[in-house]
Amino acid sequence: MTLENNTNKSRRKFLKVSSAAGGGMLIGFNWMGCQSEAKETVVKEVMKAIPKVWSEFDAFIKIGETGLVTIMSQNPEIGQNIKTSMPMIVAEELDVAWKDVVVEQAPLNEEWYPRQVAGGSQSIRSTWETLRKAGATAKQLLMETAAEKWEADLADCTVSEGIISHKDGRKISYGEVASDASKRETPDPKTIKLKDPKDFKIIGKSQKNVDMEGILSGKPLFGIDFKREGMLIATALRPTAFGQVLESFDDSEARKVSGVVDVIKFGDKIAVLAEDTWAAMKGKKALTAKWKQDKKAEDSAFHTKTLLEHLDKKSKEPRRVDGDVDKAFANADKVIEKIYEAPFLPHNCMEPMNFFAHVTDEKVEMIGPIQTPAWTESRIAELLKRDKEDITIEMTRMGGGFGRRLYGDFALEAAEISSISKKPIKMIFSREDDMLAGTYRPASAYKFKVGIKDNKITAYHLTEACFNGEMFGTMPNNFPCGAIENYRVDCHKLESNISTGAWRAPYANFLAYAEQAFLDELAGILDQDAVQFRLDLFEKAKANPVGEEHNYEIDKFVAVINLAAEKAGWNKGNKNLGFSAYYSHNTYVAEVAEVEMQDDRPVVKKITCAVDCGIVVNPVGAMNQIEGGIIDGIGHALYGDFSFTEGQAQSSNFNQYRLIRMSEAPEVEVHFIESHNDPTGLGEPTLPPVGGAVANAINAISGKRLYRQPFVKYFKELG
Amino acid sequence: MAEYKINVNGKEKSLKADPDTPLLWVLRDKLDLPGTKYGCGIAQCGACTVLLDGKAVRSCSLPISILKEQKITTIEGLSEDLTHPLQEAWREFDVPQCGYCQAGQIMSAAALLKENKSPSEEQIDNHMQGNICRCGTYLRIKKAIQSASKKL
Repeated sequence: MTLENNTNKSRRKFLKVSSAAGGGMLIGFNWMGCQSEAKETVVKEVMKAIPKVWSEFDAFIKIGETGLVTIMSQNPEIGQNIKTSMPMIVAEELDVAWKDVVVEQAPLNEEWYPRQVAGGSQSIRSTWETLRKAGATAKQLLMETAAEKWEADLADCTVSEGIISHKDGRKISYGEVASDASKRETPDPKTIKLKDPKDFKIIGKSQKNVDMEGILSGKPLFGIDFKREGMLIATALRPTAFGQVLESFDDSEARKVSGVVDVIKFGDKIAVLAEDTWAAMKGKKALTAKWKQDKKAEDSAFHTKTLLEHLDKKSKEPRRVDGDVDKAFANADKVIEKIYEAPFLPHNCMEPMNFFAHVTDEKVEMIGPIQTPAWTESRIAELLKRDKEDITIEMTRMGGGFGRRLYGDFALEAAEISSISKKPIKMIFSREDDMLAGTYRPASAYKFKVGIKDNKITAYHLTEACFNGEMFGTMPNNFPCGAIENYRVDCHKLESNISTGAWRAPYANFLAYAEQAFLDELAGILDQDAVQFRLDLFEKAKANPVGEEHNYEIDKFVAVINLAAEKAGWNKGNKNLGFSAYYSHNTYVAEVAEVEMQDDRPVVKKITCAVDCGIVVNPVGAMNQIEGGIIDGIGHALYGDFSFTEGQAQSSNFNQYRLIRMSEAPEVEVHFIESHNDPTGLGEPTLPPVGGAVANAINAISGKRLYRQPFVKYFKELG
Repeated sequence: MAEYKINVNGKEKSLKADPDTPLLWVLRDKLDLPGTKYGCGIAQCGACTVLLDGKAVRSCSLPISILKEQKITTIEGLSEDLTHPLQEAWREFDVPQCGYCQAGQIMSAAALLKENKSPSEEQIDNHMQGNICRCGTYLRIKKAIQSASKKL
C-alpha cells in the first residue's frame, strides 16, 4: 500500500504500557507531550500483548504483530461519540474483535481523510462508505496474504475476529500476516465486498465510549488541559459591545501583576500573556481601554422591531411557490396568522473556547478543540500569510461544540498572539468572554398564514425574518409542502453586527417549534386530532403531491409519527400530552411530551420519542444523543433568554443565563424504527421537535398557546 | 507570592502562589491535576467541584490562602484504580457525552454518597442542582448515582 512512505510527522504513536489489575494489559497513549504527573492516558484494557511493530494499512488502520489493532478516528469529537462509533464501522468490516481495537485521534490530513468536520449531524453519514471500505480493503489484503502463504484458493478462506481460517482447518491470525499484507498492492476497489448488514457483529451492539477511562480518571483530554514546557497562558480583552473599535488602552497596571510576562495589542483586542492562568486573568482585569462605537449599537428592541416589520413583506426571491397563496387567501372562509419569535442564543459549551498555538519561522503548530480543522487551517494560512504546508492542526476532545467551535475565531486569535509574541501560548476565554463575545444563534421570527375554505387548508404562507442568515436551500421543501395546493416561503436575511452562526440544529432548532406549535393550533381550529391532522396531510402529499419536490419520505415520516403516538398512548385518555414531529439532518423524529402543572408552573414529566436514523451504529451512544438533544432542547425552549443593550450582551455567566438542571430533566423513552438503511445522524435531530411537543402539551393542560421562546416568560400567566 | 502546603489526594504538596489564587488554578496549573475543570469561575456550574474533607466545594471560588489542614480530593484521587462505585456506575451507564463536566458531577455525587448512602431521587436532584451539563446527560448521571448507592 502507498502509505508506507506517507508518514505523518505529527502523528503520535507513543504507546505506554503497564500491567492491569485484571491480568490484561493497560494500554495508553502519551497525551500530546503533556508535562502532567499522570502522563499516561489509560485508554483501554486489552488482552492482547503490545506489538513491537505496527503495520499501516491505510489512513485508518494499523495492525501489530500480536493482533492488536489501532483505528484512527478522523473526525473531531465534540461529545457526539463518533470517536467510538466511526472506528466501530471500520472494525466491523475489518472483522476484528472490538476488544482488540484501540482508537487514536487522527490529526488534520485532507489527503488522507474525507470531511474532517463535526457539524450538521453528518459525521457518520458522510463517512459510512469510506470507513466500511477501509476496513474491508485491509481485510481483503490480509486474506490474500494468508491464501498466498497457504498456496490456497482465496474462496476457501474465511475470517472471524481477526483469525483467518481455511476450510481444511488451517488458521492464521491477522497479526501474523499483517506485515506482509500491508506491503501488498491495494486491490481494485470494485472487488471489495462489504458485509450484508444482517451479518454485522459490532455495529448495532452497544460499545462503551473509548475515552471513558480518561474521563473517569481526570486525564488531560481537552484542549484547555494542554500543556507544553515554556508555554504562556494568554487572555484577551475584547470590545465590550458589538460594533466597537479600540481607541486606546493602558497596560501599566496589568504589567505589574505578578506572573504577567507581556501585553500585546492585536487588531481591536489586547492580549495579556502570563506564566499561569490566574495571572493572565488578573492581568486582563487590570487593563483599561477606551472603545469607540464605530457601528450601530444594537439592542433587543431594535432586533424585535426589525424582524417583525419584515414579516408582512414578500422577499424578492421566494424560496418556494406552489399555486397562488394570495388568490387562495382572497377566496378563503377564514385566514389565520400567527407569529413566533426567538432570541439570540449563546452556545455555552462547558469548556470555554481555547487554543494552543506555536508560530515560528519554520512552522505553525495548532492544538485544540475545533469542529472545522481544514477551514481553520486555511484561514490561519491567510491571516499569517503562510503556506498551508507549514501548518499542523491536532484536534483535542472538545468540551461541547454545538456549532460554536465551527468558527475557529479563537484559534485565529491564538495564532495571531503567538505570531506577534513569538511564544508558544494557550489562549483561553473566561466564561464571560465566551458569553459576551459569542457567535450566537441568530434571533429570528416566523409568520405562518393559512387560508381555510370548507374546513380545509387551501393556502400556507411561511415568512421568515432572521439576522445574518436564512434557511438552508432545502428547508423550504419541508413538510407540509407537497400537501397544500397553494404554498409559499419567503425569507428575509437581515443585517446585524452581532456575530451569528450555527447553533445545534441550525434554523430547525426554532423553526421546528414554530411550525409544530402552529400545526397543533391549526388542528385545534379545524377541530381535528393533532396526529390524525398530520397523517391526513401526508396522505394528501402521497396521493396527489403538489409541486416538483419535497425533501421528506412520507412513509418514514408516517412511521415515526405512528410509533411515537402508539408508544405514548396518544388518544388513550391522557390529556396532558403534546405532539410534534420533525425531519432534520436526514433523520425522522416524532416526540410526545407529557406535562403537568406543579406549584403553578409546567413540569415536563416525560418525552416519548420515535426515531428513524437508519442503522443504529452504537445503540448506547445513540440513546445518549437522543436524550441529550431532548433535554438540551427543553432547557433552551423553557429558559434560553438572551438580550442586548447598546450592543452588549446582557448575560455574561451562569448566574444570569439559565441552563436546564437535573431536577428538570424528564424521563425519556426512545423507540427506534428498525432499519437496514445507511445511517444518518443523531447529534441534532431530536432537539428541534421537542420545543413544539412541550408547547403543545402546555396548551393541552392550560389552553394557552406559546408564541415566543423562552417559555419561562409565560409561567406567571400559566399559574 | 506566598508559600503554601496543602494536602491533595493524600499527598502533601508545597507550592508558591498569590494568596487570592483559586484552588482550581493551583490544581490545574501548579500541581498538574487537570481533571478539575474550569467552567464559570463564580461557583455557578460545578465543573470545578472537589472534596474538602469529604464535602463538595467549588474550587474556582476558594482562594488558596484560606485553606488550612483540610484534605482535598480531586477526580484523580477519588480511587486508586478507578473502581470507586461511582466510576463503576459511570461505566455501566456510559454516562458522558463530551465529558467535560463529568469530573465535577462525579465529585459532587461522591460527597452526596459520603453523607447519605441511599439518597432519594429528590435528594439527588437537590444535591446535583449546582452541576450543569449542557450535553444533557442528567438522566444517566442520576441512574449512575442510584446504582452506585445500591452497591455501597
